[in-house]
Amino acid sequence: MATDPHAASGPSGESTNDGMRVVVAWLVLSAIATPLVAIYVGPLIPPGNASVQGQGQVFDNQVMTALITPILCLLAVFFAYGLVRFHAKRSEGMLDGPPLRNDSRVQLLWIVITTAMVLFLAGFGTYELLKDGSGGGQGPNPIAFPANHQHAFQVQVIGQQWQFTYRYPSLGGLESNQLVLPANTTVELHVTSLDVVHSFWAVELGVKADANPGVDNVAYVQTRKPTTFHVRCAELCGLWHGYMFNNGRVVDQTQFSSWAAQAKKLYASIEPYMNKPESQGGAPYSHSYLPAPQRRAG
Amino acid sequence: MSEAAAAPSPPLWRQLIGFNLLTGIVLGVGGWYVGWFGAHAVVGPSLDYFDDIDYNELSVFLAYLGGVVGFLVGLGFLNYPIARLRGYPPSLREKETAGWTRYFSLCTDHKVVGIQYLWGVGLFFFIAGLNAMLIRTELLTPHSQVFPAGTYLTIVGMHGTMMMGIMTSAILGPFANYLVPLMIGSRRMAFPRIESFTFWLLMAAGTILTTTIFFGGFPTGWTGYAPLSNEANPGMDCYILFFALVGISMCLLGINMITTILTMRAPGLTWTRLPIFVWAVLSTAVLNVLAAPVLIAALSMEALDRTAQTSFYVAAAGGSNYLYENLFWIFGHPEVYILAIPGFGIVLELLPVFARKPLWGYRLAVAGMLGVSLLSWFVWQHHLFVSGINGDLRPFYMLSTELISIPTGFTFLCGMMTLWRGKIRFTVPMLFCLAWFFNFLIGGLSGVFLSDTPSDVSTHGSFFSMAHFHYTIMGGLVFTFFAAIYYWLPKMTGWELNERLGKIHFWTMFLFFNSTFAPLFAVGFLGQPRRVVTYPNGLQFLNDWVSISAYCLGFSMLIFLFNLIWSLAFVRKPAAANPWGSRSIEFQLPSPVPVHDFDRIPVFSSDPYGYGEGPAPNWVAPAGAPAGRE
Amino acid sequence: MRVGMKLVLVAAVVAAAGVMIGFYVSNLTTLAGSPAYSVPVQNAGSAHPIVDLEFQTVAAVGPKLSRNPDWVSYLVHTSSGAWKRETVWNLPANATVHVTWLNFDGASGLRNPFLARYQGIEGDRVMVNGKPVNHIDPNDASHTFAVPALGIIVAAPGVADDAKNQCGYAPCPLSNAHTTLKFTFHTPAKGGHFRWQCFVPCAAGWINGFGGPMQTIGYMDGFLNVKA
Repeated sequence: MATDPHAASGPSGESTNDGMRVVVAWLVLSAIATPLVAIYVGPLIPPGNASVQGQGQVFDNQVMTALITPILCLLAVFFAYGLVRFHAKRSEGMLDGPPLRNDSRVQLLWIVITTAMVLFLAGFGTYELLKDGSGGGQGPNPIAFPANHQHAFQVQVIGQQWQFTYRYPSLGGLESNQLVLPANTTVELHVTSLDVVHSFWAVELGVKADANPGVDNVAYVQTRKPTTFHVRCAELCGLWHGYMFNNGRVVDQTQFSSWAAQAKKLYASIEPYMNKPESQGGAPYSHSYLPAPQRRAG
Repeated sequence: MSEAAAAPSPPLWRQLIGFNLLTGIVLGVGGWYVGWFGAHAVVGPSLDYFDDIDYNELSVFLAYLGGVVGFLVGLGFLNYPIARLRGYPPSLREKETAGWTRYFSLCTDHKVVGIQYLWGVGLFFFIAGLNAMLIRTELLTPHSQVFPAGTYLTIVGMHGTMMMGIMTSAILGPFANYLVPLMIGSRRMAFPRIESFTFWLLMAAGTILTTTIFFGGFPTGWTGYAPLSNEANPGMDCYILFFALVGISMCLLGINMITTILTMRAPGLTWTRLPIFVWAVLSTAVLNVLAAPVLIAALSMEALDRTAQTSFYVAAAGGSNYLYENLFWIFGHPEVYILAIPGFGIVLELLPVFARKPLWGYRLAVAGMLGVSLLSWFVWQHHLFVSGINGDLRPFYMLSTELISIPTGFTFLCGMMTLWRGKIRFTVPMLFCLAWFFNFLIGGLSGVFLSDTPSDVSTHGSFFSMAHFHYTIMGGLVFTFFAAIYYWLPKMTGWELNERLGKIHFWTMFLFFNSTFAPLFAVGFLGQPRRVVTYPNGLQFLNDWVSISAYCLGFSMLIFLFNLIWSLAFVRKPAAANPWGSRSIEFQLPSPVPVHDFDRIPVFSSDPYGYGEGPAPNWVAPAGAPAGRE
Repeated sequence: MRVGMKLVLVAAVVAAAGVMIGFYVSNLTTLAGSPAYSVPVQNAGSAHPIVDLEFQTVAAVGPKLSRNPDWVSYLVHTSSGAWKRETVWNLPANATVHVTWLNFDGASGLRNPFLARYQGIEGDRVMVNGKPVNHIDPNDASHTFAVPALGIIVAAPGVADDAKNQCGYAPCPLSNAHTTLKFTFHTPAKGGHFRWQCFVPCAAGWINGFGGPMQTIGYMDGFLNVKA
């Protein structure tokens, strides 16, 4: 090689131009992309508006997508520009670049910006979470409540290998295979399991709460208009985990009452057995499930 | 010191006798039977629940433990302790110049252990990858068609468990063992026999895991949640033993690395002159040492629950599934950083070479790695956001999980600024490093969604989280694993790898990796949970797309294998000592590196990133320098 | 080593790997599964087929039928008169299925008493030992035949603990103590694959009673392949 392979190359003025080009391109791209993403892509991200909690999650996703768009734009512009501009020419062989080891302004700027973004996200997420619980399971002592939770409609979700069944304490302890919820209601879900760990996931409602044996996991959801939704088990629970799903419904009050009446008829003959505590010959394996309505809040 | 003068090598049958893999296998099988029948004779008659279930759980455990002990004895690991107890003088060498058989025995040469690890990790990587292909085959249709539902869960579990257990040592095993002594100017690791022990233990563990199908498999996936694990067939015991042995291997590997890096650095190698790869190894080794014992504890309790009918995790008898979940994830979260940090180290190590610029922001990069390592202990409950943990904990863990992205970002900044104004050469290792930026960015940003608890409510336990960790682990670790292979294999073996095949491998792998995992974000959002054998009919198109892409991704791995065999066995073009123009010390040594590593122990004067700062290397081996300890 | 030798070695390794992979995969497709049994149709070709399905549940399946002789299991009565341990059943769509169920096992009790209520079958009633009932005492439940996707739940009462002439290893003849259930259900018109399972924690020796045979197709779990 003719030239000294270790000499640095390029005048320093070029660096400012390159930097400016990248910054400007990034700002322009972000200014275009971020609003587009926020308006058009964000709202498409599930779970959807079937419940107030679902709406909250969609809003969260919208904000986060809008926030990460500039990051994606920065790296896209940086690499698209940098990999082309700084591509070593064949004639340069193993020529060295300039010995730039540090720039504390860049470091400081990066640290400040990333820290600010992270703190914002943490604060925003905390606010959204504590506002109404976001449909997640909070354990026996929840701290985040939606509006009207003192008069919430209680439903106990019982996970067992491999089906979810649902008890309605306010309807006389009625149990059913189907999850039917009244519209425009604050629902308090008590999720528990009779054997292994399951997870109750009402997909379109944006509700997920693990079903743990011996534990009452409380989650809140505020239903809106009548709709259908899927319930899937989201924690591997054995052979039929993949088949552990239901379809659930949110219906208006009249339909709910008529459904409840029908379900009660089916339930009536088994009712005498349901409320027997285990010590009096109740079902021998139900250590964690007491059919009586007392089973709440730990 | 020169190699031993060429003596006629002994006949094959003589080479096979002695303490080596063959003896290990024979004694291992023997030990297995001793354990099995011993447990039957002693314990079997007294426990009626063993009669009910038609299995003797204790004999499964004792059989495998007997097998592992027999295997290790057969390899010769007891020889040195016994010799020392009998008064023989200490010795640091075993079989360092014994020819090809040293690759199948206990060899204390760190380079041999590195190459053993490379092949061993590679073997299990391909087995686990095969399981992945089987998973995608099952998911071609929404109904359980190909594999019975229970067997499908075993396949899913085998894929995850084998990958998570084996790939934790994917970089530390092959590359740290081979390179760390070279990079710090030492001829060996601090504990050479333990180094070899970690390798052989890992191989034994992997073999145990592959035999799980003979015992009915295990239904829990790689996380092994109790109490489902208490209900499982004896195949679960294979999982427990696998992870416990992997944990021991990880812990010892970590101790070895830390001790070596702390105590065996050559003169002049201060902390600010250490190659960034060595810093990554150090950050990872600390996690290895501290996290693995927690896993071993959790699994020991599981083993007791299964054999002695204790109730650590059985709620009905006073235990709690939360105990397992928390213990597992206290291990599990640092575990994923054990997988990720070596990738950071490789990217930052290679970028200066291929951009011909010093590593930008060296101290910031180190701070990033140490910061990630430290913060990884404070985030584990983000795996448990909706599991019913106390609501007060969730904002804290949301904050800590978000915070960990700050030190992770330092790696990005230092890498990007190293490229800035460089002279970038797109060699195959460089391509894999650049792909890391893309993959880990997507993985990391999807992690932002998962760390936000409201958003996590919908994405926890779904394919979204699966896509996230495949982007970070496969996109982060596996891509850098291949970068390291293409970069260092010529040095390790002395043969070049074909560059064009390498580029084909890279582009097919990159394209199909993204094609496989990007749609899974959508699949997760649309309601498909993890580890399910059936899904809503509407998701079939996406699943089929992913499955076909996965087959192509698997095919790209075959391209790599072909390149490997073709270049190493047939073409055998000798590699130059420094094909990449690196200033790092290992490239100033011949390819392959001679048995004794250095003629004289070097004395370091700066870090190996002095590109553009003049031609003088960062180390010297002055005439008066010590020849170094053995 | 000469090139030819190397090629042979590589080919041998690839072949060996291929054989092992093939063996592994083929093993997995049959492990813990069940062959499918096509339940014979009375009036084949009709738009509303009628099918007779007879099965028995036993306390111990025996060494001739399984590697796990002490596991509980379902056995289906084939047209040749033999009892087979096959739990994947092919049924026609839009069919009326008349089920006869002989239970030779004792009671374990249902963990969830609600599952003792008969649902999803004709009239929500079952003839238990000749008497029509719409539920049984959950404590007496021995096994269930449940198809959750079709809403079918049928629980069988167990043989009394002090009954004489209890069955040992399967297949169990009618002379052994048993309870008899008869009910009818309908398969959907569209067809599909529906898993069925037992809900009673009847796997003795496992925690929760749900291990072993309860998690293995071919014993207490299976499929209804409804073909339109």
